[in-house]
Amino acid sequence: MEPRIGVFVCHCGTNIAGVVDVNRVVEAAARWPDVVHAVEYKFMCSDPGQGLVKDAIVKHDLSRVVVAACSPRMHEPTFRKACAMAGLNPYLFEMANIREHCSWVHEDKEAATLKAIDIVRAAVAKARLLEPLQTRFVPVTQKVLVVGGGVAGIQAALDIANAGTKVVMVERAQSIGGHMAQLDKTFPTLDCSACILTPKMVQVAQHPNIELMTYSEVESVDGFVGNFTVKIRRKARYVDEAVCTACGVCIEKCPKKVPSEFDEGMMPRKAIYRSFPQAVPGRPVIDKESCTYFKNGKCKICEIFCEPKAIRWDDQDQVVEEKVGAILVATGMGLIDPHGLSQWGYGRYPNVLTGLEFERLNNATGPTGGRIVLKDGSTPKSVAILHCIGSRDRNHKEYCSRVCCMYALKFAHLIKEKTHATVYNFYIDMRCFGKGYEEFYNRLLHEGVKFVRGKAAFVTDQAANDDEKGKLVVSAESTTLGEVLRVPVDMVILASAVAPQKDAEAVARQFGMGLSPDGFFMEKHPKLEPFSTATDGVFLAGACQSPKDIPDTVAHGAAAASTALSLISRGTVEVESATAEVLTDFCSGCKVCQDVCPYGAISFHEDTKLAEVNASVCKGCGTCVATCPSGAIVGRHFNDRQILAQIDAAFLWE
Amino acid sequence: MGEEKKKLQLALYWAASCGGCDVAVLDVNEKILDIAAAADIRLWPIAMDYKYKDIEKWADGEIDVCLFNGAVRNSEQLHLARLLRQKSKVMVAFGACAAFGGIPGLANLHSRKTIFEAVYGYTASTVNPEGTTPQPTLKVPEGEVHLPDFFDDVYALHQVVPVEYFVPGCPPTPDTIMTAVNAIVTGNLPPVGSTIASNKSVCDDCKRKKSDKPKVEAFHRPQEIRIDPEICLLEQGLTCMGSATRGGCGALCPSVNMPCRGCYGPMPNSLDVGADALAAMTSIVDAGDEKTAREKAGALHDPLGTFYRFTLPVSMLRRAPKPVQGGGPPTL
Repeated sequence: MEPRIGVFVCHCGTNIAGVVDVNRVVEAAARWPDVVHAVEYKFMCSDPGQGLVKDAIVKHDLSRVVVAACSPRMHEPTFRKACAMAGLNPYLFEMANIREHCSWVHEDKEAATLKAIDIVRAAVAKARLLEPLQTRFVPVTQKVLVVGGGVAGIQAALDIANAGTKVVMVERAQSIGGHMAQLDKTFPTLDCSACILTPKMVQVAQHPNIELMTYSEVESVDGFVGNFTVKIRRKARYVDEAVCTACGVCIEKCPKKVPSEFDEGMMPRKAIYRSFPQAVPGRPVIDKESCTYFKNGKCKICEIFCEPKAIRWDDQDQVVEEKVGAILVATGMGLIDPHGLSQWGYGRYPNVLTGLEFERLNNATGPTGGRIVLKDGSTPKSVAILHCIGSRDRNHKEYCSRVCCMYALKFAHLIKEKTHATVYNFYIDMRCFGKGYEEFYNRLLHEGVKFVRGKAAFVTDQAANDDEKGKLVVSAESTTLGEVLRVPVDMVILASAVAPQKDAEAVARQFGMGLSPDGFFMEKHPKLEPFSTATDGVFLAGACQSPKDIPDTVAHGAAAASTALSLISRGTVEVESATAEVLTDFCSGCKVCQDVCPYGAISFHEDTKLAEVNASVCKGCGTCVATCPSGAIVGRHFNDRQILAQIDAAFLWE
Repeated sequence: MGEEKKKLQLALYWAASCGGCDVAVLDVNEKILDIAAAADIRLWPIAMDYKYKDIEKWADGEIDVCLFNGAVRNSEQLHLARLLRQKSKVMVAFGACAAFGGIPGLANLHSRKTIFEAVYGYTASTVNPEGTTPQPTLKVPEGEVHLPDFFDDVYALHQVVPVEYFVPGCPPTPDTIMTAVNAIVTGNLPPVGSTIASNKSVCDDCKRKKSDKPKVEAFHRPQEIRIDPEICLLEQGLTCMGSATRGGCGALCPSVNMPCRGCYGPMPNSLDVGADALAAMTSIVDAGDEKTAREKAGALHDPLGTFYRFTLPVSMLRRAPKPVQGGGPPTL
């Protein structure tokens, strides 16, 4: 029986119709064989638009539907559902993208219209050959993996756990808390970071629905939405968590000192350590790499002083397996390596600090107990804060790091409060966009902080006159004064760029996520789905998606949690029907396909000597289809015949 | 006479071929006597003399089966293909050249002009100061003489006349030939359009061991490495076409350390055998990044001649784009 095809061309307001003559597209479509119905409409995705599809399926007895509108990523589900509601198998629907692929990227109306006709003709050609597929559902495991114990992960984990769903939280450091735990005060309210974070950290540790695994890392992820299997490496702690009372005597007695990661290397920690005094969990771990006993077999001082006898020298890494329905990635941000920023003196002059180093300097638990002092112990009389170091800079990171302006203001306030030093801010633009941010900027303007509109070019200790002797000289062009300034100061703080975590690429691959050009994890949609990823069931929270301040991070974490929860509470999930299929008549078991599947959906059957695709794991990516040298694997919904028909039609000259 | 009529009327013909397919028919050894007993061999240029007019005299459909080997690359071959088609009930594309264009099909990388320029111009053994090239017609005092017209393209048989069956191979193995002959003699024929060989690939018959996750470090030519007789040749970095090639040959070449060259042609469901094989080989090459991939793929010797050795005219590529102008000797 010949197919009866309906073609629906969307204006998308002026998004499409502003460039493409939709009426001509309709006229062309109406002439093609098997097209029995062709219409245009202002917004096909609207209720009346979907109604047009549903009515036409019934009225014109359509056996195929083609909607020419936006990307299938946007509205394919919408129209598949509309078709299903009218009794047509949803896989007999085909979408032609004449917006992203046509009207948005062209200006020449005539050429764009012809191209739109080609695109729709190709879609119609494929639609002719479409085959109905069965929609399939699988249950969702009622547990969520949260990767990363910063404030985003903490917020998400608590929200999910409070809703009654089990959470496994994995954090690679000894303690949860992330970057927020390193901060002293937070802008613009100046409330104490630790005071607002630590209660949440404790809640995580005590929550009956949260299983906390610190000092652990995700090793592998298998499966698919609703049914992930995750392997987690729990690194050997050498301290028995069940026995240790977190008294801290071992830490006190340990003779081995190494630079503390938490304190940005500005003060030492011991080989047996917790990241910071309020660490959660509070029970320490032994850092095998630094421990004297592991190095030369002698010491064991911690064991001697440990009253509850919690030290376990034979502790081993353990790999545990968890089954989860959703994964929430909250692995946070890193900072640009400041050693690449030598023109601003980092690494050359001891009194040039990064923002995070200053946070520790200013923190009551930091190297100076919170006193803002120079390396020689004296109090600075003048401090320069250099904005946009590595951010908004084509040589480094093109993007704005979004937090620096505000923490620079906070630093300026704290420095003034504690030292009465003269504070200079060298900025390009002040970006104070959040709640209470502009007000805070105004307050600082009245506190006598000096603002120089101009990015610092370099920092030097080469004095040009007596005033500059023994000082760090910041050189910048003030764009308001129109002249180059040289400002001698005692201390320079670099607002160095926020950057993706160093291992972001590997982590992205592990969880099947993409990276945006800036190197942060790619969201599904930058506006509407900033907390979802291209992999169903994998969600994003916090600064791993893009630089964020604390309020945005918390909001993002809560949003990701609610999205994950809506998947969990749905209970079942529809899995891809457009999967790969092995045609056993043609498969010779050459095994070429075995290693190419990114989802581990292909296996080899020793008894039949044939390849087999596990349809519930297959995502229909088509890699094995392309790989199979024997033409024995077909991609349902994207088979060779359909694609070739599409290509032939696209190049047909009318 | 009445009894003789019941015998199968068989014609064998050759076009653009090396003669190997005809020799392969003899390679069935004593079974040739069974063929002779079951069939009247009405035409077999390699063994018996014939004239065009002998064939022209036959009634349409007088021949039960014509085994046509060789590709079609000039007007004489095309004429005979059409003539024999007319005279035969069943036309069989016999051997890789008739079925896929075969080795002569690689001439589709060139055109008549460039081939003539090479063959009659600058090959090492050519002495042709006048630059004489074959002409279809030539006036001589005695009248006009004709030569077949040389085409730009090489065609597989089914590209010029309808074909009922395909018997692949360069040449078809004796087993394949006897399978085909038995099917014809007993009338136990598969559906029209079938290829008389396996539906599975050469790997199905190959006894070599394959690992679960095959990975290839680098590509080699057979003479460059010491070949392990037990392990899959592809995994040893040899460009074995076995996984992309229709089986039925018994995996003869791989069993003697020689990678499959693909003479049984594409798999039943294949669109383009070269693309199939290329995709497979690049999928298992161990290359983490684009640069390494490019280097390793670049080490593939003669990719086109490897992946389309027997099939270029029936592939999606079909031929190289024809040069707009010129030609001349390639610069080496």
